[in-house]
Amino acid sequence: MESVEFERPGTVEEAVALLQGASGNAKILAGGTDLLVQLRAHMVEPDVIIDIKHIEETRTLTKNSDGSYTIGAAVAGAEAGDRDDITKDWPGVVEGWELIGSTQIQGRASLGGNLCNASPAGDSVPAMVAAGMTVNIAGPNGRRTIPVEEVTVAPGRTCLEKGEFVVSFNLPARPAGGGDAYLRLIPRTEMDIAVVGCGVALTLDTDGVVKTAKVSLGAVAATVLVVEDAAKAIIGTKLDADAMAALDAACQAACKPIDDKRGTIEYRTKIAGVLGRRAVTIAAERAGKK
Amino acid sequence: MSSEQKDYKWVGTRQIRPDGHDKVTGRAKFGSDFSLSGMIHGRVLRSPHAHAIIQSIDTSKAEALPGVKAVITSKDLKDQPSELKPAGEGMVNYRDMTRNVMAREKVLYDGHAVAAVAATTVEIAEAALELIDVKYEVLPHVVDVDAAMKDDAPILDDTMVPIGYETKGPTNIAKHVEFSLGDTGKGFEEADVVIERSYKTEAVHQGYIEPHAVVASVSEDGQAQIWCCTQGQFMVRTFVGQLLGMPTSSIRVTPSEIGGGFGGKTVVYLEPLATLLSSKVGKPVKMIMTREEVFRASGPTSGGSMDFKIGATKAGKITAVEATVRLLAGAFPGAPVAPACMCAVAPYDIANVHVQGFDVVVNRPKVAAYRAPGAPISAFGAESIVDELAKELGMDPLKIRKLNAAKKGTKAAYGPTFRDIGYEETVDRAMDHDHYKAPLGPNQGRGVASGFWFNIGGESSATVNINEDGTAVVISGNPDIGGSRASLAMMAAEELGIEYSDVRPIIGDTAAIGYNFLTGGSRVTFATGLAVVEAAKDAVRQLCERAAKIWEVDAEGVVWDNGHAKPASTNVGDFEPLSLAALAAQAPKTGGPICGHNAQNVQGAGPGFATHICDVEVDPETGGVTILRYTAVQDVGRAIHPSYVEGQIQGGAVQGIGWALNEEYIYNSKGTLDNPGFLDYRIPVASDLPMIEAVMVECPNDRHPYGVRGVGEVPIVPPMAAVANAIESATGVRMEALPMSPPRLLAALDSSNIKQAAE
Ligand SMILES: Cc1cc2nc3c(=O)[nH]c(=O)nc-3n(C[C@H](O)[C@H](O)[C@H](O)COP(=O)(O)OP(=O)(O)OC[C@H]3O[C@@H](n4cnc5c(N)ncnc54)[C@H](O)[C@@H]3O)c2cc1C
Repeated sequence: MESVEFERPGTVEEAVALLQGASGNAKILAGGTDLLVQLRAHMVEPDVIIDIKHIEETRTLTKNSDGSYTIGAAVAGAEAGDRDDITKDWPGVVEGWELIGSTQIQGRASLGGNLCNASPAGDSVPAMVAAGMTVNIAGPNGRRTIPVEEVTVAPGRTCLEKGEFVVSFNLPARPAGGGDAYLRLIPRTEMDIAVVGCGVALTLDTDGVVKTAKVSLGAVAATVLVVEDAAKAIIGTKLDADAMAALDAACQAACKPIDDKRGTIEYRTKIAGVLGRRAVTIAAERAGKK
Repeated sequence: MSSEQKDYKWVGTRQIRPDGHDKVTGRAKFGSDFSLSGMIHGRVLRSPHAHAIIQSIDTSKAEALPGVKAVITSKDLKDQPSELKPAGEGMVNYRDMTRNVMAREKVLYDGHAVAAVAATTVEIAEAALELIDVKYEVLPHVVDVDAAMKDDAPILDDTMVPIGYETKGPTNIAKHVEFSLGDTGKGFEEADVVIERSYKTEAVHQGYIEPHAVVASVSEDGQAQIWCCTQGQFMVRTFVGQLLGMPTSSIRVTPSEIGGGFGGKTVVYLEPLATLLSSKVGKPVKMIMTREEVFRASGPTSGGSMDFKIGATKAGKITAVEATVRLLAGAFPGAPVAPACMCAVAPYDIANVHVQGFDVVVNRPKVAAYRAPGAPISAFGAESIVDELAKELGMDPLKIRKLNAAKKGTKAAYGPTFRDIGYEETVDRAMDHDHYKAPLGPNQGRGVASGFWFNIGGESSATVNINEDGTAVVISGNPDIGGSRASLAMMAAEELGIEYSDVRPIIGDTAAIGYNFLTGGSRVTFATGLAVVEAAKDAVRQLCERAAKIWEVDAEGVVWDNGHAKPASTNVGDFEPLSLAALAAQAPKTGGPICGHNAQNVQGAGPGFATHICDVEVDPETGGVTILRYTAVQDVGRAIHPSYVEGQIQGGAVQGIGWALNEEYIYNSKGTLDNPGFLDYRIPVASDLPMIEAVMVECPNDRHPYGVRGVGEVPIVPPMAAVANAIESATGVRMEALPMSPPRLLAALDSSNIKQAAE
């Protein structure tokens, strides 16, 4: 390995300038739990590493006056798990984020890193998508905000332009009658990569009828999917057996998985339906379903 | 039970291990922690192909790279004759060994070493590997044991002469073995029920946390020093000497602390290469495997395919067993096929048994030992079919085991007649355990299984030096993998009658102590423990002589009691007892240093038996298995240090659970390994498991002064069948192949649902 520059900017502007000015390959460092592994495996060979953890905006998690949250891109899952507010409002979002790796990894792993690593199996992404989260991107031309699901364009590739990086995320206020959940299947209980992940956010009216729903699947296609047919299958229902069967079928139909060492097409597809049903059930309970 | 229960001061207590502080503070030096000044770094070029002829190797560009000090290939190692030579427990073929260490005519597996480079930095060495130009002619490959036995299989070595097996043409079958007792034909005639089944297990890696690492330094006069993580410094010395043509006296090997071995460090990979590189360069050379190299190129244990046939009377008495076990050996012969055959039904008293086995080469790394080599594989078959038999007969699975249990006097199918053994006690204790009676919920099931392992003795040397202040040093020669230092020190303290904390156990290098066979076969606390006890007795004898000298009486008139020399009787005289410390202080005047010593080839290892109970919950929609509760009952002879015995039992059970549920090598269609890392080679993580309850049955081994039996291996024998039997109990579906991973179990559940719906 040739020598690598290491930079530690204190502001967003400095970070953008460093990214833009880099002659070769620049890499953002958040928790480093993907980047360091990739460096050691020679999968990436950056000329400069830019540690964003000294930029305050990336390291703060704020509940705003309207009940929404602004989440710094480099906040670790364990930090969110320690907070009463967000774990109560959006347990599914915190679940997907905080179950990453094991205790040691959880003290480091960030939403920004999980999203920008652009793995189809990133655990935090389906729940973020289901919750309707957006990302705040800073770059040479200022800032822009886009939905989470638009960031990853292919395995290992994001839509970020040269000089851009993710500063923070916006998480809406928890709606009335709202609930969310994230479930994944791994052969072990931790330290594994999702064979399938499923995030669900929904709202119920006072009669227990599903008013709105968003269902998202990870690890079953090149990027995280939004499964509109699955949401349609349950909106307007009380989650009776037919609605759940339709949801299961819609999840399965949406899958475009690959056969690989982590799971067969057949297995991944079946499990997408199972997790879809189970995540909806948990989200509905959290939304107050009796 | 033979040896009487005595009150011991140290034996049977839970002392702090002498290596504990250094390990928890990070001070302990493992293989890769060792460094010397002027040291350079070696890396290995490995085959990207499963099977290919090496047409040429051009190292010139690599040699020209600045910083590169030496490049070696198989040309730099002299070839070895193909003959089996005794080495410790078994036989080795140095022709195969030199080819495994460095490929010669062919590469035989993905990851096979082809060349090695020493350079001033690791980075330069790695860059140099890319400059080595190897031309290969890629050949068809085979990684599956059954496929390798077919007539049209790609042949790994057409010069191989099978042992015990007639063949017309070239074959991958290296060896055939057979063990018989009685007449199985007659036995099956006596049976009311006969069941036949086939089973399959995957090759699994030992999964030690510490990768192989070595520093070798050869000086100008040809004297070599080697520091490495190994289960046997004497084994390294022998093998390096043979492969490099060096006299044993010119090689000194010092073992580091060892981060796990489980049998996988009973062989050499890097040591001869580092030594050769160092001798070429004249500087110390350090080599460390990456985890990927560990998976691609170091030994797993065999995978196997098996056919079992069992017959029994309506009352549950097993009348006959026949089995065929086919084990993959990896690239060179040497699968643990004989022990697999010998252990298969050893827990049972069966009059008619015929077991045969095949040792089969395939394009995978050569297998190495792994806890009770071979036994867990055949036990998966045997203990699954015994469970099926119990079900067929409507019998409790522990009752059928008790009914057929081997006891003192039972003649085992593999030859010997058992002395005192505790198998039946393990079944009784399991039956009485509240775990066995606890209620189960929906989708939950319970399975039991038993296991057997011989355990071994072997060559051990030990020295007990009495220090001038009355403390003692115990020098032995076995790397401590399982807490053996604590046990050796406790036995020495017991014999000497001094405080445990006053005994310092040290593991000597090959020049500091007589020959010791490696740490393996669950032998150290038993065999080296026996040598330590004898060495301590030798020191005590000398202490008594010194007291006799001081008292001017005959040595026979002095006895040793609780750390003091005393007159044997009032006839001898009226003397105040002399403490060990007092005698040590006077040693210069009474004859010089007091050093006890013992060296012997220890016989009389007591076999180990275990019975495990496993509760699982199966998720019927995902095929996921949760281990709810696990109890492992084992005859441990006598637990010198109960915590480390429990640790061995728990560790073995956990490794077996991993073997049962998720561990497998995933070879792609090219025969290269797709999962050479802990992310996709799934050993259990802590959160996967409940606390494993270890229940120790103590049936002392009458051939050890404290009753010790080996304990480290038998706990990995029962788990695979215990888990499979539990899954069957939870779901009604019998898993006949490992691993029972979620996708495989779900597929089995789904196809059984389809079958049921059709019926
Ligand atoms: C032992 C272990 C277990 C793991 N288990 C899981 C798991 O269970 N589930 C899972 O999903 N992942 C897992 N991972 C992967 C990893 O921990 C997660 O993806 C984690 O969220 C990455 O976050 P990070 O802050 O460490 O990212 P980093 O490693 O710092 O960055 C990851 C990538 O994203 C880029 N990046 C980081 N932040 C930004 C930003 N703000 N803007 C633009 N680009 C950015 C980096 O340049 C890099 O390419 C595991 C990793 C390890 C080592």
